[in-house]
Amino acid sequence: MDRELVVNVAGVSRWFGDVQALTNLSIEVPKGSITVLLGPNGAGKTTAIRMITGALGPDEGTTRVFGLDPASNDGEEVRSRCGIVSAKPSLYDRLSGWDNLRYAAELYGLGRGAAADKRISEASEIFGIDAALDHEVGGYSTGMKTRLALSRSILHDPDLLLLDEPTSGLDPESAVAVLDLIRDMTSGGRTVLMCTHLLLEAEGLADDVVVMQHGTSLLSGQPDALAKRYWPTPIVRISAAEGSQLDQIATATGVESYDRSELTASLELDTLDRVPQLVATLSNAGAQITAVVPFNPTLEDLYFAVRREQGSSGDEIPPPGGSTGRPARELSATGGN
Amino acid sequence: MTATQLPQNSDRVKTAPTPPSQRRKGSADRVETGPLDWSRIMTVARTDLKQLIQAKDFWVPMSLLGAFFFVIIPAILLLTITNIGNVETVARVSETLEVLPESAKSQIRGDTPEGQTGYALAVFLFAPVAVIVPLTISTAVGAATIVGERERGTGEFLAHSPAGAREIYLGKLIASLVPGYFTTVVGFGLYSLIVNLTVGPEVGGWFFPTRQWWVMILWVLPPFLAICLSLVLRLSARVRSTAAAQQASGLVSLPLIMIAYSQSTGVLFGADWVPFVLGGLAWLLAIFSLSRGVRSVTRSRLLGVASGV
Repeated sequence: MDRELVVNVAGVSRWFGDVQALTNLSIEVPKGSITVLLGPNGAGKTTAIRMITGALGPDEGTTRVFGLDPASNDGEEVRSRCGIVSAKPSLYDRLSGWDNLRYAAELYGLGRGAAADKRISEASEIFGIDAALDHEVGGYSTGMKTRLALSRSILHDPDLLLLDEPTSGLDPESAVAVLDLIRDMTSGGRTVLMCTHLLLEAEGLADDVVVMQHGTSLLSGQPDALAKRYWPTPIVRISAAEGSQLDQIATATGVESYDRSELTASLELDTLDRVPQLVATLSNAGAQITAVVPFNPTLEDLYFAVRREQGSSGDEIPPPGGSTGRPARELSATGGN
Repeated sequence: MTATQLPQNSDRVKTAPTPPSQRRKGSADRVETGPLDWSRIMTVARTDLKQLIQAKDFWVPMSLLGAFFFVIIPAILLLTITNIGNVETVARVSETLEVLPESAKSQIRGDTPEGQTGYALAVFLFAPVAVIVPLTISTAVGAATIVGERERGTGEFLAHSPAGAREIYLGKLIASLVPGYFTTVVGFGLYSLIVNLTVGPEVGGWFFPTRQWWVMILWVLPPFLAICLSLVLRLSARVRSTAAAQQASGLVSLPLIMIAYSQSTGVLFGADWVPFVLGGLAWLLAIFSLSRGVRSVTRSRLLGVASGV
C-alpha cells in the first residue's frame, strides 16, 4: 500500500571537504508515522536531519520534504513546517526560558501578541517546564533544557518533528517521560523523525526504522516486517534442568533448526503450533522443563543482525538477543540436527 | 517504505565516491534570494541586544570606555584649561592653535585665550573620540556575534529556522551597530553638556554641537561603522573561535579607526562641502561592502560545517 511521504531523501551524498558524510542515502518517512534513524555515532544521522530542513544541501541526489526542495528557496516553507530538537538543545543561556520560546515564536511567524504568549504557555505546560520559564536557561538542568527545546519545537504546531537524540543526557525517568510525550505528539497526526543510537529508546516507539551506518541506509521498513525478513520462521527458547535432554527434539517434526547452549536450546519451527507437542515429548521423556519462551525479535536484535550481516569492519557487535535472537540462516548454520 | 532493499549478504555494492573536482557544490552554500522579512531581522537584532544587556561583563567595561573618552578626559582637560589660572600655560597651548587651517581658525570663538583654547579643544581635538568609541564597541560585539552562535550551539537553531541567512546577517549587523552608535549618541550628549558648561561661559554661551559635529555624527560616522562591521561580520562567520574573531577584527578595525580618525578631523577642519562628500563616499563603500558581506552568512557556517570554518 502506498503511503503518503512527508520526507523523501533519494540517493543523497554529501562531502565536507574530502570527508564523505553521506553516501547515497535514501530515507522515506510516511505521513503520521514515527520513523527512527538508528545508527552508531558518526553514522550520518544528524547530517541527514540537516539535509531534511535544508540547513545543508546535497552534493548529489534529491531531498523532498512536503514535496518541496528544502535546499531551494522553498526551504523557508519547509523549515516553517518543521519542529527541531537538536542533539544539543541549542538554547540561549543568557535568556530566560520565556525569551527563548518567544524568539522561536517570532522567527516562526507567531508574532508577539497574546496569541503567541498563549501558545508559549501551552507548549511549556505540555512538557512541564512552564514553572521555570522566568529563569535564565543557563541555570537549567539538562532535563529542563531538553523539555524547553521540545516545547520550542512544537510552538508553531509543526507538521514534521525532527528529533536528534532527544533524550541525550537525561536520566532514565526523564527519558521515559520525554518518549511518552513524543508518542503523544503523533496522536495529532504529526510526523516524527527521530535519531537515536539507543535501541531500547526506539523499541515500541518506531513505526518505521532506518538503520544507518557510514552515512548510508543499510535497510529500512516497519520493524515487524523487517524482523519477519530476518527471522522468517518462529523461534522458541526451551530450557531444561539438564540440557542434554533437550537434544531429543532437535530432529522432531517441524523443527527447522536447533541450537543448544548449555541448558537452553533455540529452535526454529515451521509454526508455533508445534510447541505443545515438543513440550509433551520432552515431558514424556522425563525432561524437567524450566522455561519455554517464544523469541520476539527486538529492534536491538534487528539492528545487530543487520550490522553483523554488513560485516561491520572490526566493530565489536554483540550477539543479538543473547543466545536466542540470531538470524535464521545463522541458526541453520549451527543447527544441531 | 520501500527505499532500501534488505541486504542479502555482506557483499553490499559499494560505489566509488565522486572525485572532489566533479562534485556539485552543496546547494546550501548558495546565496539565498527572495524578499526580506524585516520582522525577522528585527527579531534577531532584538534578541541579540537582549542578550547583550544581560551580559554585564560586556557592557560595563564598554560603558566605562565611552565614559572615559566622552566624559572623563574632556571634563578634566576642559576644566583645567578654563580654570587653570596659569596664563603662561594657557598662552602656550593657545599658540598651538596657530597650526590649525584658516578655515578652522576662523570658526574659533571667544575673546580670551582660555575661551579660544577651550573652544578649539572641544570642537577639534576630541572629534576622533566620536569615531574610536563606536568602532571599538561595535567591533567587539560584531566579532563574537556569528562565531558565538556556532560556539554555543545556537547556530543549529538558527540554521534550522525559517529565518533567511540574509535576515540573520542583517539582524546581527543591526545588533552590532546599535551598541556602538547608542554609546556614541549618549556620550555625544554628555560631551555636549560638559563642553557647554565648561567652555560656554568663556565664549558667550552654549555653542555645541557645531554644524560639523552634527554632520559627522549623523552622516559620516554611520557609514564608517557599517564598513567596519561588514568586514568584522565576515570574519566572524569564517573563523573557528570567538578569540580568533576578536584578534582578526582588531587587525581589520585598527586601520579603519585610523582612516576614520583622519577623515573625521578633515570633516571638522575642511570646507563645508567636505563632510558631505566624504560621507557620501563612505556610504557608497559601505553599501558595496555590506552587499558583499551578506553572502558570508550561510547555514553551513552557522552549523560550523562549511569548508574553512
